[in-house]
Amino acid sequence: MYPDNYRYTKEHEWVLVEEGIGTVGITHHAQNELGDIVYVDLPQIGSAVLQGKTLGSVESVKAVSDIYSPVSGEVTAVNETLSSEPEKLNEDPHGVAWLVKVKLSAPGELSQLMSAADYQTYIGAA
Amino acid sequence: MIKKVRSHINRDEGLLFERSSPGKRAYQLPELDVPLVDAAAALGKENVREQIEHFPEVSEVEAIRHFTRLSTHNYAIDLGLYPLGSCTMKYNPRINEQVARTEGLAWAHPYQPEPLAQGCLEVLQSLESALLEITGMDAVTLQPSAGAHGEWTGIMLVRALLTSRGNPRKRILVPDSAHGTNPATAAMAGYGVEGIASNERGMIDLAALERAANDEIAALMVTNPSTLGIFEENIVKATEIMHSRGGMVYMDGANMNALVGVTRPGDFGIDVMHLNLHKTFSTPHGGGGPGAGPVAVKKIFEPFLPVPRLKRIGEALAFDYDRPQSIGKVRAYYGNFGVLVRALAYIMAHGGPGLRNATLDAILNANYIRKQLQPYFDMPYTSPSMHECVFSDDRQAKLGVRTGDIAKRLIDYGFHPYTVSFPLIVHGALMIEPTETESKDELDLFVDALISIAKEVETDPEMVRKAPHLTRTSRVDEVTAARKPVLRWVAADER
Repeated sequence: MYPDNYRYTKEHEWVLVEEGIGTVGITHHAQNELGDIVYVDLPQIGSAVLQGKTLGSVESVKAVSDIYSPVSGEVTAVNETLSSEPEKLNEDPHGVAWLVKVKLSAPGELSQLMSAADYQTYIGAA
Repeated sequence: MIKKVRSHINRDEGLLFERSSPGKRAYQLPELDVPLVDAAAALGKENVREQIEHFPEVSEVEAIRHFTRLSTHNYAIDLGLYPLGSCTMKYNPRINEQVARTEGLAWAHPYQPEPLAQGCLEVLQSLESALLEITGMDAVTLQPSAGAHGEWTGIMLVRALLTSRGNPRKRILVPDSAHGTNPATAAMAGYGVEGIASNERGMIDLAALERAANDEIAALMVTNPSTLGIFEENIVKATEIMHSRGGMVYMDGANMNALVGVTRPGDFGIDVMHLNLHKTFSTPHGGGGPGAGPVAVKKIFEPFLPVPRLKRIGEALAFDYDRPQSIGKVRAYYGNFGVLVRALAYIMAHGGPGLRNATLDAILNANYIRKQLQPYFDMPYTSPSMHECVFSDDRQAKLGVRTGDIAKRLIDYGFHPYTVSFPLIVHGALMIEPTETESKDELDLFVDALISIAKEVETDPEMVRKAPHLTRTSRVDEVTAARKPVLRWVAADER
């Protein structure tokens, strides 16, 4: 369920880093808690994001929730499919429904994130 | 379209667009008694159209019946208990309406000269005095049109005062049990928002507040009682911490129905607050009428209050616009005057002891419901309840039924749903506020309904998941409606 090569935040985001680029998304647990997601608000390409600061928001039938960036850097890509198909976030949050790609400015930050095992303990799923 | 041999009032109602037949009219205009103007020549041909596409053409009686039938689809406080938590849906006494229709008040014009509007100004002055006595504050503006407008006005006052002291500061602290509008208010007023987690009793964590309150924090926005229906026992200490760091404390007064006549925000250290007259003081709301969100402040904020301010010159009252430090106007004219009249009527009809009794009854009713329902629903925060009680759906969720499903089933039992899924710190919240205006008989009906639903969840969860079953329209697909909204009616042959 939770890929071992991803790193996780306490706010239920994940990041997968490949060659200095981090792909960011929300976790299966997050989408399950939010319920049916109806709208996703993402930053523009080129904007700067900071670890722990708001990156965008997701809106479900129940509530609007902030997404916090797991890493600092510059947004290099945004998942455009989510604007027309927000339901993908419920269906495949760890895969096709990634949110943004970030060029990392401080790769050392990754050490502050959780492993898959730690995250599952954190959410009580292990 | 919905076709029927004849329209029974219990059946659903089609759209007026679908009733249209060409040439029908619901009006007759008198003969033209001014020169005919060629619209195309006056406005430009491109701005004039002969036909409005699909504009419904119906007769007068068809239009009347359509809207009258729709009006019977409403649920209203006049039909039964309306337990929407944090909204204080109390009965609106008819005397309020009678007073608001007094000729001199109902027909007053905003441009009426002040010497001819002294009665109206006296109403405003009397209401200001009553609200100051109730809140323990020093000055009040009646102008904001609703709660969120009041919040924004209040935070702009904080900004104005701090700016006059040299630094508006950067962020506002908002506890996770605060009203959902508070963070939005802070952001609209140009502040960053910083959350503070509640402690295990559902109250502000003073240690967390100590850590967070630094010289970049403009204010703490607190809702007291919080959206958990819990009184902040350490509110005095919390205000002392903020004040010692040069910050302010704003109180969201949405839950003032638990405090009126018992305790006063001004006495427990609040600097700025708003009141929801449409909640606490019984004026219609929830589609039934406009609101009013007066903002009450301590003396240091008075120079910054919106213009105009009421002032007395000799015996007479007048509006004062000469207030150089004011944040300016926040609304046209003088607030929702008709709402202010109703609130004053309510306050005067009750008097001080009556208002206090209303508060005590509101707390009693909420605790009666809490006690009756506690065997059937989980309650994560068990601190004493004030005017509302908050359960979670944890027990029912194990059987696949969530708070939203229980709320829909409640409609089948003839009640308006409680507040669903809020506050967010309670998993699957059921937030129930009965208000003081409900009798024990009505509360018992409501309690019986929820107990019955709790048992249905055990025996037939699927049925509850598909509720409501007895309404004109069955379960609405809220997800598709939000994901793929249809914002404009399209004729059947064009779909």
